[in-house]
Amino acid sequence: MDDERIGPTKNVRETERLHSHFVTREQQEDAATLGMWVFLATEVLFFGAIFMGYTYVRWSYPGVVEEASRHLEIVLGSINTGVLLTSSFIMAAGVLLAEQGRHRAAALALAVTALMGVVFLVIKGTEYSMVIGEGYLPGFTAQLEPVSRPGGGYYGALSEGGGPVPGHEELFFWLYFVMTGLHALHVAIGVILLAGLAWLLRKPQGISLNTVRNTGLYWHFVDLVWVFLFPLLYLAGHRL
Amino acid sequence: MKFPLLPDQASLGAGEVDHLMLWLMGVTVFFLLVTAGPILFFCFRYRRGNPTNRRIRDSGGFKLELTWTLIPLLVSLFLFGASAAIYFRQRHPPEDAMEIHVIGKQWMWKVQHPQGKREINELHLPVGVPVKLLMTSQDVIHSFFIPAFRIKQDVLPGWLTTQWFVPTRTGDFHLFCAEYCGTDHSRMIGRVRVMSRPDYEQWLVTGHQEEGPVLVGARRFRELGCSGCHAGPLGNSVVRAPDLNGLYGSVVPLEGGKMVVADDRYLRDSIMLPNSEIVHGYAPVMPSYQGRLSEEDLLAVIAYLKSLGKEPRQEGAR
Amino acid sequence: MKATEETPTGENNYLTKHTLRSWLLTTDHKRIGVLYLLTILVFFVIGAFAAALVRLDLVTPRGDLLSSEMYNRMFTLHGVIMVWFFLIPSIPAVMGNFVLPLMVGARDVAFPRLNLLSWYLFITGGVVALYAILEGGVDTGWTFYTPYSTTYANPQVVTMVAGVFIAGFSSILTGLNLIITTHKLRAPGLTWFRLPLFVWTLYATSLILVLATPVLAMVLFLIAMERFWGIGIFDPAQGGDPVLFQHLFWFYSPPAVYIMILPGMGVVSEVITCFARKKLFGYPFVAGASVAIAVFGFLVWGHHMFVSGQSIYSGFMFSILSYLVAIPSAIKVFNWTATLYKGSISFDTPMLYALGFLGLFTAGGLTGLVLAATAVDVHVTDTYFIVAHFHYIMVGGMVLAFMSGLHFWWPKITGRMYPELMGRLAAVVAFIGFNLTFFPQFVMGYLGMPRRYHTYPDEFQFYHILSTAGASILGVGYLLPLVYLLWSLKRGARAPANPWHASGLEWTVPSPPPTHNFERIPDGSGKVYDYPSPAAPPPID
Repeated sequence: MDDERIGPTKNVRETERLHSHFVTREQQEDAATLGMWVFLATEVLFFGAIFMGYTYVRWSYPGVVEEASRHLEIVLGSINTGVLLTSSFIMAAGVLLAEQGRHRAAALALAVTALMGVVFLVIKGTEYSMVIGEGYLPGFTAQLEPVSRPGGGYYGALSEGGGPVPGHEELFFWLYFVMTGLHALHVAIGVILLAGLAWLLRKPQGISLNTVRNTGLYWHFVDLVWVFLFPLLYLAGHRL
Repeated sequence: MKFPLLPDQASLGAGEVDHLMLWLMGVTVFFLLVTAGPILFFCFRYRRGNPTNRRIRDSGGFKLELTWTLIPLLVSLFLFGASAAIYFRQRHPPEDAMEIHVIGKQWMWKVQHPQGKREINELHLPVGVPVKLLMTSQDVIHSFFIPAFRIKQDVLPGWLTTQWFVPTRTGDFHLFCAEYCGTDHSRMIGRVRVMSRPDYEQWLVTGHQEEGPVLVGARRFRELGCSGCHAGPLGNSVVRAPDLNGLYGSVVPLEGGKMVVADDRYLRDSIMLPNSEIVHGYAPVMPSYQGRLSEEDLLAVIAYLKSLGKEPRQEGAR
Repeated sequence: MKATEETPTGENNYLTKHTLRSWLLTTDHKRIGVLYLLTILVFFVIGAFAAALVRLDLVTPRGDLLSSEMYNRMFTLHGVIMVWFFLIPSIPAVMGNFVLPLMVGARDVAFPRLNLLSWYLFITGGVVALYAILEGGVDTGWTFYTPYSTTYANPQVVTMVAGVFIAGFSSILTGLNLIITTHKLRAPGLTWFRLPLFVWTLYATSLILVLATPVLAMVLFLIAMERFWGIGIFDPAQGGDPVLFQHLFWFYSPPAVYIMILPGMGVVSEVITCFARKKLFGYPFVAGASVAIAVFGFLVWGHHMFVSGQSIYSGFMFSILSYLVAIPSAIKVFNWTATLYKGSISFDTPMLYALGFLGLFTAGGLTGLVLAATAVDVHVTDTYFIVAHFHYIMVGGMVLAFMSGLHFWWPKITGRMYPELMGRLAAVVAFIGFNLTFFPQFVMGYLGMPRRYHTYPDEFQFYHILSTAGASILGVGYLLPLVYLLWSLKRGARAPANPWHASGLEWTVPSPPPTHNFERIPDGSGKVYDYPSPAAPPPID
């Protein structure tokens, strides 16, 4: 959208090949960028549906979200927040470097961003295995541990069959897995995109600047979703 | 072959709804004429080839737009107000309404009267008595619909829903399930029989007799050990748990500062999901009774809880 | 469709090449529009067949023709196919694809390959959905209410849901393309307020497609998850909440209704101005109303749930919002009416359909006021009153608008004229048949006849027979165009570039248009709907 370019651009291809139905390259680039924005808008609503579900659950079953949220691994969640925010910063740096035509440095930045995405996914996987190990995977509820609170057994109530009785906490873990799972899927797609771009950017003229920018938009979006997920899921049960 | 035009009017609210419907029809016809009339007239008058004056004076376009925005807006607001008032009444049962329990399951309606009498796919009612239905479902979503009373309410699994009415005419009326519920949805129908009060009393004592829900509920309350903690008339409490006397209808302060009215939904959730709303000052120690109480028993226990702290009104069938 | 000859001038048009490959790998928006047209017609026939079985079965109160299982599968099939595989793609994907780039003076849509991908996604989704039928059928109704769909219905639900899910992405791609094309590919000088109304409404529609469809995708995804793993988000026995589904589903669906009706409004705006030979009355108001509808449409989902157990205050809020969303529609109807004033009106087939649209859409919209009145809605919701109401909007509104547009642009699409007399006849037959089918359903609904009933009490039979009789007439009204439009492909007169003397850039190119639409990108600075004053003598036909 913004046309000012900083510095020389000879090492990064400035524009895409012009397709016959566009009149100018600017028009074509603008179309691609606006296309990415509209795509991100659909993504917002895609996540929006599940955020609406979250709102509904939190409204209808007060206390449930807060209580269940305390069972998440807040330390891992916080580390992941840091990882993702830093990666977004490096991504922004990568776009800047590409704009300045320093394609090797830009390739490196993108590769590092992708790597941090991988780190995020590894931490996420560890967290999943811990949460599942504690028996919070909805539908496969093995054993809900009582929370240590005055008064004792919170989840521990046994039904006649001997198994634990699911409460509305189930809904929270449902939301947790769907929200973070979809987010992780988006991170994974981003990692593949970034790795591919970094590979192409090794060579001068490997890929157009606009493509790098649009991928950057996508990555920032993924980051932004996490910025909302983290407080809603991990911090809901904590008071300062 | 019959072709009726209006359904029977057999409840106190039915006339009101029909009245509103008449208004709505009036508005509909009015606006239909306001648009269709000019369309037809213009189509005739300004048909191609018809020599007529087509010179347009510069008319106030904006004023016109304003007019046909504001008039529908005002009409809409009026209609909203009129219907909201009726809807409000539809949703607020009187205190003294007779409470009948309804359980929907694929594909039948199970009904229990306060005196204990049960029936399936039939609903016997005394004329002129306000009746409140307390409803839940055992499987999927159903909807309890009596066209002659102009009432309908979805019946949901895991929820208690209510609706109320006062039958005003004796006779037989349709009872439908209005929410699609599977293969035999269209056979989940029944008959509402409104009788005179003596006939109803007579009907209650004929046939198979059962205990009323309050008595059943009291027994289940003991058997499940509720009385061990909750200081009720039948309890000698060891663990500190909220007193249930006079709970129904009161305002309960919750942990976290919220206040809720102890209505049917609150009672149900407190039994099935005891930890979602903790009473202020109490520990969340109560186990859930999900899976341990059938829907019938649950309704019975709720009926019992509601009877606590009220004067011993009905002791059910002996 | 492939059998085409060269235009009289001998120059190449987009239909000239006719290898199968050139069609299946095309990125030409016009060809993709035609591919969509053929596909949705197939789906329309399937959906109509299901409807015909349902209506025939309802002639007798005992439902002697079909078993209950079969009846339930048929109305589900009818709903799913008609909503997602006919109505939603009908005008945007067929006429939007074909006409919109021409209208804005572009050579193609912004992303032609995504456009082709969208068609492939669409037929994949369609095939998957049809496979669900062959596999054993789905009987949940098109609304897939939980917990019935997730716990009690047969497992083909997942296949069906997957089909709709895939088709949803095709809608998103179409919407994306139309939005970007409108934004970025307009001819120089063609400012927003010089755009034909059809572009405005398609723009609003695309916004909803792009914003609402992901919500549907998420809902369907949740159903599949629940089905596969029984995780219990909608299952009360596991602590879930079945009403959550309704909130999510209806958040999508009222906007979806406007996806279906808005493009129809656009078509009608084009047709009425052309055949009344007048500028559209109150252009900025009609354009603004389109966008207002798109926005308000997202705020009314609760009006489907007045009896589902939501609080009365939610009921009030959704009731008043539903009244407000009716206002922009009313504004449009009044403006169309005013457009006719002092026009020079001719009654060609597209105009007849458009006038039919005006009447039926108004009736459908006004009965919406009845439904928005909470107290009455309690009585009539889930009865035939609802069925009649939305068919007045969907069939009376949308299908008639689709037919109007199809006839209007048929010469442009195929280069042939259809037989005018047959066209007018079919329009009148469809109008009569439609009213006979659905008007009795209003009465029946107020009497209390619940929807989705395979068997019913005897007193409703009279109305059901009327309705089925009407449906047969309506069927004739649909069959006639099918026959004469096919006939016109071979025998119809050659169409000139602008048979209706209509304004708009799409009429400045030959019929059928050349592959790249415009030799040179046209100048878009002309006035919109620039018809000569009707006070002047009418043009000679």
